[in-house]
Amino acid sequence: MVDAAALEALPSLLRARGYRVVGPVERGGAIVLDELASWDDLPRGTTVELGPGAYRLRKRPDEALFGYVVGPQSAKTWLHPPAVLEFRAERSRGRVTVVAEPADPSPVALVGLRPCDLAAIRVHDHVLGDGPVADPRYRSHRGAAFLIVVDCAEPAATCFCASMGTGPSATGGFDLALNELLDEDGHRFVIEAATDAGAEVLGALATRPVPLDDEVRVEAAHERARMAMGRRLDPGRARDVLRNAVESPAWSEVGDACLGCANCTMVCPTCFCTTVEDVTDLTGDHAERWRRWDSCFTFQFSRLSSGPVRTSTAARYRHWLRHKLETWHEQFGESGCVGCGRCITWCPVGIDLTEEVARLESATPESGDVA
Amino acid sequence: MTTPELVSSGPVIPVPHRVSAIRRETRDTFTVDLRPPDGLPVESFAPGQFNMLYAFGIGEAAISISGDPGRRGFVTHTVREVGAVTTWLGRLGAGADVGVRGPFGRGWPVAEAAGRDVVLIAGGIGFAPLRSLIYELLAHRDLYGRIGLLYGARTPGDVLFRGELEEWSKSGWVDVHVSVDRATESWRGHVGVVTTLLRNLVFDPAETIAFVCGPEIMMRFAAAELLRCEVAPGAIHVALERNMQCGIGLCGHCQIGPAFVCRDGPVFSYDVVEPWLAVEEL
Amino acid sequence: MKSIPDLLADHPFTAGLAPDQIALLAGCASNVQFDEGAVLFRAGAAADRFYIVRVGQVAIEIHEPGRGRLTVETVGEGDVVGWSWLVPPHRWLFDGRAVTAVRAVALDGACLRKKCDDNHDLGYALLQRVAAVVGERLSGARLQLLDLYGRRAEESA
Repeated sequence: MVDAAALEALPSLLRARGYRVVGPVERGGAIVLDELASWDDLPRGTTVELGPGAYRLRKRPDEALFGYVVGPQSAKTWLHPPAVLEFRAERSRGRVTVVAEPADPSPVALVGLRPCDLAAIRVHDHVLGDGPVADPRYRSHRGAAFLIVVDCAEPAATCFCASMGTGPSATGGFDLALNELLDEDGHRFVIEAATDAGAEVLGALATRPVPLDDEVRVEAAHERARMAMGRRLDPGRARDVLRNAVESPAWSEVGDACLGCANCTMVCPTCFCTTVEDVTDLTGDHAERWRRWDSCFTFQFSRLSSGPVRTSTAARYRHWLRHKLETWHEQFGESGCVGCGRCITWCPVGIDLTEEVARLESATPESGDVA
Repeated sequence: MTTPELVSSGPVIPVPHRVSAIRRETRDTFTVDLRPPDGLPVESFAPGQFNMLYAFGIGEAAISISGDPGRRGFVTHTVREVGAVTTWLGRLGAGADVGVRGPFGRGWPVAEAAGRDVVLIAGGIGFAPLRSLIYELLAHRDLYGRIGLLYGARTPGDVLFRGELEEWSKSGWVDVHVSVDRATESWRGHVGVVTTLLRNLVFDPAETIAFVCGPEIMMRFAAAELLRCEVAPGAIHVALERNMQCGIGLCGHCQIGPAFVCRDGPVFSYDVVEPWLAVEEL
Repeated sequence: MKSIPDLLADHPFTAGLAPDQIALLAGCASNVQFDEGAVLFRAGAAADRFYIVRVGQVAIEIHEPGRGRLTVETVGEGDVVGWSWLVPPHRWLFDGRAVTAVRAVALDGACLRKKCDDNHDLGYALLQRVAAVVGERLSGARLQLLDLYGRRAEESA
């Protein structure tokens, strides 16, 4: 247990250990992840109201530091960055040399991740970190990162981590876990370390034993959060529904609504697709390759020399949803969705994947017969 | 916290190779031999694998290896000019530098062909990765039963590797049949869809393995024809084309169903891909 | 040398017909051969025969001023040439030319039509076989029409 005031030392403790400290800060009407100069940068007394295509900051009646859920960014921005310089190439007297750009070695401490964010990191570990050919940059960022999770007490209307088995409380995969308590007994955090690095930082904080009452309060908060989930999705059932819905007419309806804007894939904490961009300077002798996030919703994503494979928005939506909820299981042994609800919140037309799965389920007969 | 790993050249960074020879095959297709830098060996490859060829500052293209896997000293690609990168490559002369990443993907399951009749069906530029396979098969000719090659091209002027076709045919190592889609009377070979040539081949369907590479529609019809001849769907292997960018299953562009074509393919057994190919815009 | 009934029983097109049906066909059949380059038939001429090809290759052609003779397809051993004999007005639509020396069994169209009219079992068996050939040629022609090996960019250009 640590008092809120004592936790203010955390950023400087982490910086002293070589970390860049990143956490939630309020910026431009949203809570984003950015450098935390001090503990005071946290959005104190703020909450968010989320819905399909809707995100609003609201004042809280209390001084809670983590009284909101996920913002548009996730750990992905830091562990699998949006733009990476892969290499520089030079051409001199007809000869080409290519020099790999080293991975940015500065380790990052991510403060205020949510349990769904940790689940997304685990998913990325399987996709980018464990494969036959791993992404060395991801492994470099990931290996260096210090992860501080905050369990959720007040899920949003778009949240469905409880049904996905990824929240509202973190069970592992963090260095430090926090549970925020704020009542007549004061503002305090139940804090837990799961790694040696976490334990070492914890040891440097002024802590005291957790009273039994507070343990009960944290458990009760988790239970309340589970019951307060705005949405639900059964990952096994979703997989089965999608398996039987490949040719469903329901795809064209969502295809008509979807703008193909790619917001869902940008905010999704597990979407990992990238493209490369080769550029030269004006002399044409200095080239760079940049790797950038890409989205399967872009028209050219699946292009062959003859044209794209998926020309319709319906086909692109189907590809995304089937990958996320169905074929991801076959590739990586788990769902590609962690129930964070970001794709619902940041969809400009409010497409809700939990509703789409339900619609596909009702629109698709179990067998091939149509009554 | 652990020490960050340094990014080594690995599969992400192209290694500049030198063009040692480049020759025109047809009006839009050329073959290029690339020599690795001094001191570096040619990466060994399996027929059916591909490299990412980097055009300086322009981009990359996934190109299958068309050369003899037994040849050391250079790696050979046969390229059709269809975009910026391939057109750039076609204009290079001997001595120019080309970046190479690879080889990537799973090639033809050559080991499964031992003791069996082999039917090869190629269409257009799809002949390139099968040429590499034929060299591999001929290096151990006695391991296999009959080897038949059916090759379809657009016109007589588009027929690739005429020298090899003649050599393989004359030697009796391969039963070669070439068909074109359109021709004038100066062409003395077959005219018509390549799959109709199957009746010219002698093979024991129960003991046959088939390798097919060409446009997707052509591969579907070739597979249908092989199935009609009672070749088992699991014994038919096709090479798929999708948008391959990273080559190592990390960028997502080449996904079809649950597979990343660059990593899990490009060669797949037909019973695996048949349901995928049946769905439009999958 | 094999008799015509034996040749028919061995050929993929007629294999599997009952011996009495083979005998009926043989009554309309004759052995023919063509030298390399010889013309089997010309577009517009009466289609009074069709050919069961035993050896060699036949080109189905059409000529166009400025482009010369264009080969639409080639037909070889184990295949048949011609179904114009079956349907009115019984005229060839393309030219047929021997690309190599050709040996074939020629069947007289009028004779065959008469036998099919008299013996519907034979007519049905023959029609099934002709339909299979026509179907295969049609799907082949469709695939050729798709120009699968061409540059796709041309379509949208």
